[in-house]
Amino acid sequence: MTLTVQQTVAPAETTPRRPRSPWRNTKLMVGTLMVLVIVLIGVLGPLFWDTRLSAAASSPLNLPPFWEAGGSSDHPLGTENSGRDMLALVISGAPATLRIGLIVGVISIVIGIVLGFSAGYLGGRIDSVIRTLADTALTIPALAILIVISSYVREIGIATMAFIVALFAWAGPTRLIRAQVLSMRELGYVRMARLSGASTVDIMFKEMMPNLLPYLAAAFVGATSGGILAAVGLESLGLGPQRIPTLGMTIYNALQSSAILRGMWWWWGLPTVILVVIFVGLFLISTGLDEVANPRLRGRR
Amino acid sequence: MTRDMTRSGEPLLRIDDVHVHYGRVIAVNGVDLTVSRGETLGLVGESGSGKSTLAMAILRLITPPGRIVSGRIHLNGVDILSTGGRQLRQLRWTDVSLIPQGSMNSLNPVMRIGDQIQDAIEAHDRRQTKDSLRQRVLSLLDMVRLPARVYGMYPHELSGGMKQRVCIAMAIALGPSLIIADEPTSALDVVVQKTVAETLLKVKEELNSSMILVGHDMALQAQLVDRIAVMYAGNIVEVAPVAELFSNPVHAYTRHLIASVPSITERKPLVVKEFQRPDLTTARPKPELREVSPGHLVALDDEHSDRRTSGEASEREEVIPRG
Amino acid sequence: MFAFTVWLSATIMFAIPQLAPGDPVSAMVTRLTQQAGFVEGSAGMIEAWRERFGLDDPLLIQYAQYLKNMLTFDYGYSLSQFPVEVETMIADAIPWTIGLLTIATIISFIAGTVVGALMAWRRSPALLRLLLPLTLTFTAIPFFILGMLLIYLFVFGLEIFPVAGGYDSTAMPGFNVDFIASVIEHGTLPALSIVIGSMGFWALGMRGMMITIEGEDYLTLAQAKGLNPLRILFRYQIRNAILPQFTALMLSFGHIVGGTVLVEYIFGYPGTGSLLFRALSNSDFTVTQGIVFILILTTAAAVLVVDLIYPLLDPRITYERSST
Repeated sequence: MTLTVQQTVAPAETTPRRPRSPWRNTKLMVGTLMVLVIVLIGVLGPLFWDTRLSAAASSPLNLPPFWEAGGSSDHPLGTENSGRDMLALVISGAPATLRIGLIVGVISIVIGIVLGFSAGYLGGRIDSVIRTLADTALTIPALAILIVISSYVREIGIATMAFIVALFAWAGPTRLIRAQVLSMRELGYVRMARLSGASTVDIMFKEMMPNLLPYLAAAFVGATSGGILAAVGLESLGLGPQRIPTLGMTIYNALQSSAILRGMWWWWGLPTVILVVIFVGLFLISTGLDEVANPRLRGRR
Repeated sequence: MTRDMTRSGEPLLRIDDVHVHYGRVIAVNGVDLTVSRGETLGLVGESGSGKSTLAMAILRLITPPGRIVSGRIHLNGVDILSTGGRQLRQLRWTDVSLIPQGSMNSLNPVMRIGDQIQDAIEAHDRRQTKDSLRQRVLSLLDMVRLPARVYGMYPHELSGGMKQRVCIAMAIALGPSLIIADEPTSALDVVVQKTVAETLLKVKEELNSSMILVGHDMALQAQLVDRIAVMYAGNIVEVAPVAELFSNPVHAYTRHLIASVPSITERKPLVVKEFQRPDLTTARPKPELREVSPGHLVALDDEHSDRRTSGEASEREEVIPRG
Repeated sequence: MFAFTVWLSATIMFAIPQLAPGDPVSAMVTRLTQQAGFVEGSAGMIEAWRERFGLDDPLLIQYAQYLKNMLTFDYGYSLSQFPVEVETMIADAIPWTIGLLTIATIISFIAGTVVGALMAWRRSPALLRLLLPLTLTFTAIPFFILGMLLIYLFVFGLEIFPVAGGYDSTAMPGFNVDFIASVIEHGTLPALSIVIGSMGFWALGMRGMMITIEGEDYLTLAQAKGLNPLRILFRYQIRNAILPQFTALMLSFGHIVGGTVLVEYIFGYPGTGSLLFRALSNSDFTVTQGIVFILILTTAAAVLVVDLIYPLLDPRITYERSST
């Protein structure tokens, strides 16, 4: 018997239903929608409402929203005790908060990609240095250190604040990306590319990046959310930008005047609602992305 | 219609027309099979042929999206597929146990070996003093030629071969009437494979349990089993006593399997055959088995063995069974 | 790791202000002046404090001195309450913080882990699996915002919890029923905001690990062995799934400590958070620095404790790991 090759033509494949794209994830969509609403408030708000009313003494004091007794349609969401209009505060505060988050997110993900790829792909000494640094940065109570730093820096602006916050936000993305790169490095197709002599940069960007996309997106969202959390925390302690009416600053003022116990819910409640929508929205996006990246989490509740 | 292939009386295990689906994939397409007492049956086939799925179905260990769609599996006269809950748990390990694939982490990484063997015994036999339990585990370890210190060790402290022998010790702990060994030597290196195979052989001789040996290592099968069932695309395509199968394979796939076993004394030309597997997601008829000699059954209307199939007739003519 | 964390944090705290224009003392005095309008003898004050901090020494000496002061718990005197030593103020506050932190973290870790395990367990009642994810949403919301909502609900709305503080002024501090009951009453809401806010994190992590482990071969074999489902759940699935939870715990201490600072401030709880806030309002730099350093130390110690316990839980890890 000699070499025999038997081959039959493949039967026309019964076209299977195209599986639903994993990116069409309910959580992901609801979360995106929530964040979009906040973005729209910031973008469209100034067209309909005068944001200069967010300055102190621009409006009457302590007005409740228009549907409560004593409310006025001139200030539909009420005013606080130094005469700022709540609607104007929300319209100008929401985008400022998102902007800080975005800057922190971008800086962290860039650092995360550079460090995470170097650590995971190159390994060895570089890996252990980066890993130790990231783990350490994660365990440090960042907010406490940020408090000390912010208390030094006078006249802090949004960008400065974002940079300071980003100092501690890169560790999360770095750790996550490193872990993924590490596990991906040993996969067949990456090895194949390496053996066939593709350059390191090529392998990183052409072979690995596309598969890392959901993880990168999740890391970005996580860093953004963490950045907003830290920024709002600092602002609520009175350490944020003083010239821009941030949501955290409004909360700080409300707390200083015991707004909660005085029953002025709109004062602390409105910025809180905006923040909750942002945080929950980002959270849903990131769990949605998790499910995209890890199919096993899908469809189980 | 029953095809009783046992030599005498009611078989230990009787599988009737079992269908297992994984989502839309028909993994096991109506298999009939029997195993008699004390017999060792080899279940061979390429990966994806449904042999492991069939083995797991006997243990009722098919997990979603897989499910047993229909059929009957009688073990010691009990229909396994109609049991559940406590009854099923009691049946597992006392009547049928599992030796998992050699490549798997089948041992709990955070439990000592001794505890893992003990909890299998305890789950079924509570009237045990701590001391007698320990003695029992130690004698099991001794039986698979593992030193007593393994008792207090963790899985990560053992080599692959040692772990596999722990699994064998565990599988025989309750003296089950049937042991399912699912590719027990896969992913072990050759020397270790040999010791594991020897352990299996020794255990088999001492226990008189029946065994189903799942795998595609034909050399190992030849050493260990009494009868071989060849699976292909979810069906059994040939069953025969081991000597008969090796000397007189009928189905093209079986011949291919046997031809793949390399031989040093005789350098055969490399045979490459590519079989076009049927689309596993569409319903297909289950092939009828035809008896070509006593105890030797072959799929009848399967394109790979039937002489009536058009084309390549001359090539096929040559390998028609002489018997 | 412990020493490295502490050293790195201390160094960052030392280094960053160096990059900022001016020195901490004049920055502080300027703030003070801005707030109070006029501070008597501010020039002399700057001089005295520059002396105290050795700001005229070379940087390296300043750094060494700073590290020595930090490590020997020598934080000097409070600026706003002059003769009081910073150590004394922190010593009064830190038990409250550590108590709140420990209890809240343990409760949320255990509750979250159980919830996560139940969510992933195939045999959980469907209703439970439907309701539990709702609790996860709270994970997204910062502790202090939850705190504000709880104050609004229970203090302002239902009036069933006291306004602020750590205990009733009528209760005599000490080991007596009144005092302890009062402490619990005052501590419930702050603890609750931390528990609600972090429980979902543990639940999510646990659920993910449980699902991963469900596919492990040792779980299949455990089933084949005919073990009791509860035994499989606890000794096989949970026992393995919980290990990464401890790593996550270590990595999140920093986050929890930071969040607790804000919670204490919201609730006027007499711990380091409120002290820190007062120090910030008074530009009391020595107190701020002292508290933050102590918080870092506390966090690092907590990480160290978990790191030391971990090898006891996972036989695969030996102590060599904790040297990293």
